[in-house]
Amino acid sequence: MSSDNQILEDFTSSEYKYGFETLIENDSAPKGINEDIVRFISAKKEEPEWMLEWRLKAYRHWITLEEPEWANVHHPKIDFQDIIYYSAPKKKPELASLDEVDPDLLETFKKLGISLEEQKRLSGVAVDAVIDSVSVKTTFTKTLGKLGIIFCSFSEAVREHPELIKKYLGSVVPMTDNYYAALNSAVFSDGSFCYIPKGVRCPMELSTYFRINASGTGQFERTLIVAEDESYVSYLEGCTAPSRDENQLHAAVVEIYAEAKAEVKYSTVQNWYPGDKNGVGGVYNFVTKRGLCKGDYSKISWTQVETGSAITWKYPSCILKGDYSVGEFYSVAVTNNYQQADTGTKMIHLGKNTKSTIISKGISAGKSQNSYRGLVKIHKRAGNARNFSQCDSLLMGDTCGAHTFPYIEIDNSTAKVEHEATTSKIGEDQIFYCNQRGIDTENAIALIVNGYAKEVLNKLPMEFAVEAQKLLALTLEGSVG
Amino acid sequence: MIDQLKHNFKTFETSLNGATKSNWHELRTEAFEAFAKNGFPKPKDEEYRYTQIARALEKTFDFSATPVAIDAVHGNKPLFYDSDAIHVFIDNGVVQKDSLTHTELDAIEIMTLEEATNKYPEEVKAHFGKYANVQKDPFTALNTAFSYEGVFIKVTKNTKIERPVLLHYSTDGNNSISQSRNLILVEQGAEVSIIESHTSHGDSAHFSNHVSEIVVGANANFNGYKLQHQHDKSYHVDNTFISQDRDSKAQTYTLTLEGKLIRNNLNFALEDENCEAHMFGLYVVRDNGHVDNHTNVDHKMPKCYSNEIYKGILDDKAKGVFNGKIFVRQDAQKTNAFQSNKNILLTDTASINTKPQLEIWADDVSCSHGCTTGQLDEEQLFYLRSRGVSKSSATAMLLHAFVNDVLDKINISFLHNFINEEISKRLD
Repeated sequence: MSSDNQILEDFTSSEYKYGFETLIENDSAPKGINEDIVRFISAKKEEPEWMLEWRLKAYRHWITLEEPEWANVHHPKIDFQDIIYYSAPKKKPELASLDEVDPDLLETFKKLGISLEEQKRLSGVAVDAVIDSVSVKTTFTKTLGKLGIIFCSFSEAVREHPELIKKYLGSVVPMTDNYYAALNSAVFSDGSFCYIPKGVRCPMELSTYFRINASGTGQFERTLIVAEDESYVSYLEGCTAPSRDENQLHAAVVEIYAEAKAEVKYSTVQNWYPGDKNGVGGVYNFVTKRGLCKGDYSKISWTQVETGSAITWKYPSCILKGDYSVGEFYSVAVTNNYQQADTGTKMIHLGKNTKSTIISKGISAGKSQNSYRGLVKIHKRAGNARNFSQCDSLLMGDTCGAHTFPYIEIDNSTAKVEHEATTSKIGEDQIFYCNQRGIDTENAIALIVNGYAKEVLNKLPMEFAVEAQKLLALTLEGSVG
Repeated sequence: MIDQLKHNFKTFETSLNGATKSNWHELRTEAFEAFAKNGFPKPKDEEYRYTQIARALEKTFDFSATPVAIDAVHGNKPLFYDSDAIHVFIDNGVVQKDSLTHTELDAIEIMTLEEATNKYPEEVKAHFGKYANVQKDPFTALNTAFSYEGVFIKVTKNTKIERPVLLHYSTDGNNSISQSRNLILVEQGAEVSIIESHTSHGDSAHFSNHVSEIVVGANANFNGYKLQHQHDKSYHVDNTFISQDRDSKAQTYTLTLEGKLIRNNLNFALEDENCEAHMFGLYVVRDNGHVDNHTNVDHKMPKCYSNEIYKGILDDKAKGVFNGKIFVRQDAQKTNAFQSNKNILLTDTASINTKPQLEIWADDVSCSHGCTTGQLDEEQLFYLRSRGVSKSSATAMLLHAFVNDVLDKINISFLHNFINEEISKRLD
């Protein structure tokens, strides 16, 4: 038992590795939110009139809403007037090469292990690095441009491709969807836009790194991915944030729109600052992610590895509207110390012969609370729909909690829906088996946890899988090698 | 509606005369206040999300009508009868005192709650209203507020009652409501089987609201059967609270065959170590029937075991709801908890909403739940048909096999036969 305690102690005392802060001159809005702030953000981004109108409409709707309280998380009430809604690195002329990028910024990337040059040259990944809400650099745009793929920052898209933004913005997550989506619609700072034209298979993984920087800044990202008929794209998103004591709010919106036979793979590694071991500080991550399988035979797949945030509240969902469309959700959520996670998915089956798979693995340690909340809904007209859900929880220590709240609503007799859930701890016999073969307890736990999460980690693209494994190891450092 | 009930409560209070100073009445007042404050479940109430019972009740009942006496033609004519059993008749919530003639039995005492307050004041005070939380559920509050009499059963220490106790609940329409109440004490080491059969007569709507509190002592064994076979205008809410002491065992069987809207709240509290709880449920519903099973197992102490199997077949426009909650507290290490809910939808107009829920606060546990919904397996049907079995009998055969998991668990043969026949009539 003493070694178990030792492991848990080490585990809980491992500090956040990416806690540093880059001093970049900010151009911030005053604290608080009102119509003027919305106008300020819009003006700052040199947005056209219709965009401002859209934001204002969202803002006016937002003020009529009340903060939702149904999630299984507890936090002090957020003072929305105490948040800076816009902060940007100083506006610079568009850069042609990396040499012109602020050396401070490049240093930040190096610490994070993202070297733009290296990635550009070696891995063939186009990186759209977002620091404090404004896209600093977009690479590989030219290569992608040849194929007709648009991959740019959201504000650029508003300027360059207004017809696409007008058509698709809010089509999957309407501004009235929920409290945080409405807030995001009103004040979103920037984000990414990705458009894959008909019949194009995107030759590289698209990735964006988000990072919260200057103190007291809320980050309101907005991502929109549109995949036309028979196209394919794999999109990666990863984040790390510097440590600080103030709680930061992150309310992002991700929309995916898939036409007939299109396939979109969206992978996330989330490592926002979780707060220290006493539960002070950390990021509040309240995110709305949703994909619409509009056309027949379309497919949307969500993969997420959640290790960070003081509070995570997100449900990447799929609306399976097209016949034969497929939705997938693979998730590993690790919580430690005082972290709270309420995460899961929604699979809404509207079309015939639609299929969905949910694999969710939760690991809770310390005094953390880890909840799975999911909805599988089979509509009356969704004949022959099929769903398989599995959500497992692993508990480490007796002060943490694991909860499952699966909702299953079925209105069609031809539906086949299966749901399984288990909760357990690492078996003593499993550890004994390893010990007996010369593997010490620490490595045994590593082995078991890795095996437990393998099913999900395998779904990540190669580059990310390596990083995710590192992250898991880092989060479980001390206890797991 | 609340105003009408307030008026009813006043009238009820005056009818009690001098009895308004008792402990019992304090509880009634508290319950009524809780009810008046919260009212019937709101449309967005998470616990009643899929069962919009308040709307249905408000449309059908004005809560001013009082139940009529059960028609002599129907009265005391039970759904099924077995000479071996001990019979008690409860009509429109009123215990038929002349049916309480079991004084020859020492080991089991059956009386009205009112009698029990005189004969066993300590026991009633210690247990009545202690498990049925009036703050949590409005129907429990309503029942407690208007509780006047009910069935009190006490099984003496270390005795095994061989004959099952059969409580016949009959209701008669007149758009009225009736409320019934049970307090069952199974003392240390005792064993008993109790069957509740709920039926309705006539052809007008009726709402019955039933609350049972069951205390299972250390090393005791309790079997509770509930048969719900009311007509298609009956609304029924059942709240059962079972509290188990160490090394005890309890089995419940909730068998629902007919009714317009049925809501079962089954609550288990495992208060001490090494308890065993089994919950079996079967619902075979047709037409516009709506069945909602909410179960809640609270694992408070280590080394307890709970097991739940609920199966349902939904036909026509029937609606099924299942919500199973397993709650494992931090102290409840070494808990084993299993839950399974399986459903078959026979038509596209039938629907099922299920929510198996685990809330775990202890680490050394083994908990799992599973649920499936689908229709009959094409391959199994094909196998039978290729051997010359007609489609309808092949279907019936497979559905029988489906419900047998639960049916086979029923240990009382006359009850097993009755349900088997009823289901056969339905399926064939």
